[in-house]
Amino acid sequence: MSLTLLNVIVAVVIAIAFAAVNAAYLVWAERRGAARIQRRPGPNINGPFGLLQPPLDGIKLMTKQLMIPGGADKILFMVAPVLAMAPAIMSFVTIPFSAGIAAHNMELGVLVIFAFASMGAMAILFAGWGSRNKYSVMASVRAVSQNVSYEIPMLITAITVVMTTGSMDLKAISMAQSGGFWHWNIFPSLHSPLMPISFIIFFICSLAETNRAPFDLGEAESELVAGFHTEYGSMGFGLFFMGEYANIVIGASLTTILFLGGWDCPFGMFPGVWWFLLKIYLLIATFIWIRWTFPRTTIYGLLNLSWKILIPISLFNLLLTAGLLKVF
Amino acid sequence: MNPSMAITEAPGLFTADGLTGVIFLIMMAVTIIGGIIACSAERLVRAVAGLIVCFIGVAALYYFLNSPFVALMQMLIYVGAVCITIAFAIMLAAPEESKKNGPAGPLSGPLGFITAGLVTYGLIVMAMRTKFTSLPKVNGGTVKELGIQFLTSYSMVFELISIVLLIAIIGALVIARAGRNK
Repeated sequence: MSLTLLNVIVAVVIAIAFAAVNAAYLVWAERRGAARIQRRPGPNINGPFGLLQPPLDGIKLMTKQLMIPGGADKILFMVAPVLAMAPAIMSFVTIPFSAGIAAHNMELGVLVIFAFASMGAMAILFAGWGSRNKYSVMASVRAVSQNVSYEIPMLITAITVVMTTGSMDLKAISMAQSGGFWHWNIFPSLHSPLMPISFIIFFICSLAETNRAPFDLGEAESELVAGFHTEYGSMGFGLFFMGEYANIVIGASLTTILFLGGWDCPFGMFPGVWWFLLKIYLLIATFIWIRWTFPRTTIYGLLNLSWKILIPISLFNLLLTAGLLKVF
Repeated sequence: MNPSMAITEAPGLFTADGLTGVIFLIMMAVTIIGGIIACSAERLVRAVAGLIVCFIGVAALYYFLNSPFVALMQMLIYVGAVCITIAFAIMLAAPEESKKNGPAGPLSGPLGFITAGLVTYGLIVMAMRTKFTSLPKVNGGTVKELGIQFLTSYSMVFELISIVLLIAIIGALVIARAGRNK
């Protein structure tokens, strides 16, 4: 018993530490990447390559006074940042990093991650409403309509993968793709000839679900000051930021497991956690690259893309895969 | 805890069963507190927040009933879709400071307390007199078995639910369509 309790505590601590370290250093990577793309140095003063910047930022955020705007809904205002971070950490519990490294592998892993990810929109709603600020309310309405509409094609493409694998277990989905890159789900197979398109849809949806540019309508600073976190300072703002980066890591991990073979090596040698980490950080680098390359879309363009293009294609793909699975 | 096992004595607090029981009680409390907040909050958004807390508690209770799939669907659909839609509708439509000051019904006040007390008493009596027999586990509650059951034994119910949803969608479209031409 004590061993299981210890296991749980260790798993939770590792999940929180992994999320926090990733969040801190992805901010650094994002700022350095942005600087490189915009031909400026970026944060390079504190420590070698500016590597001490994230802890210093953390100390600065933690020592700032927590300001609550007058007339704000205090409870919701305080709960929202926690709610932004907690579901992301919960999702880490079920992600298998390699054949042996998973906090708690569940039979319904895909569903667990989507169930917790769907709670993220709540945090944005409460933050926007609790701040008592028109800009925040507008931003949260935008962000939530975006999250809801991109959740649908994302779920449908995930169901396509689940159907071809025959399991919702993330570990089993990874195992089914082992033995070289030609087994990966991203490449078309007999049962699912449209898999590359599924991958693109899933990737676009994970960009939109994590409110990243070019889909960051929720924090469009040219129109809405800073969107739903306008009124947040100190660690409340810090938690929103960490939640965003933790969600990015979750999105990249899920994409890796569903489409890129998880911890499998492209050439069938030395499968292990290093391949998994390499793949997720390559995906995250692509996230950062896209953010600083493409301009922000409009809200109508964003919603039309989801409802008129992505959902019909993903539904067609679902039907095609179901039919082919039945025939062959 | 094995559901088919008869409970003879209370397990110690720091055993696996004891901790499970504590978590079960916490989740019961979460469900009840969420429900109370949902009913009594002055601001509508807070009521939705209470509803979410309540739904999360209910999801945990489903998990205790050995059906993780239903628990996760409860989270995904009720918390992730229904509550967000409600909150979204409130934010789009209602002014933020609208308090519920509607006329109190005939069941408010002392009469309400008496009714609630009687109902509670009745439920307690019923629960105490019922002889609970633990049933054997029918299936693992896995997705596959649920799917097979839905498409064989309960296909009628399944189809009826989908028709209800279809009618709801058509109704929403009709209402929205009329609004656009105004």
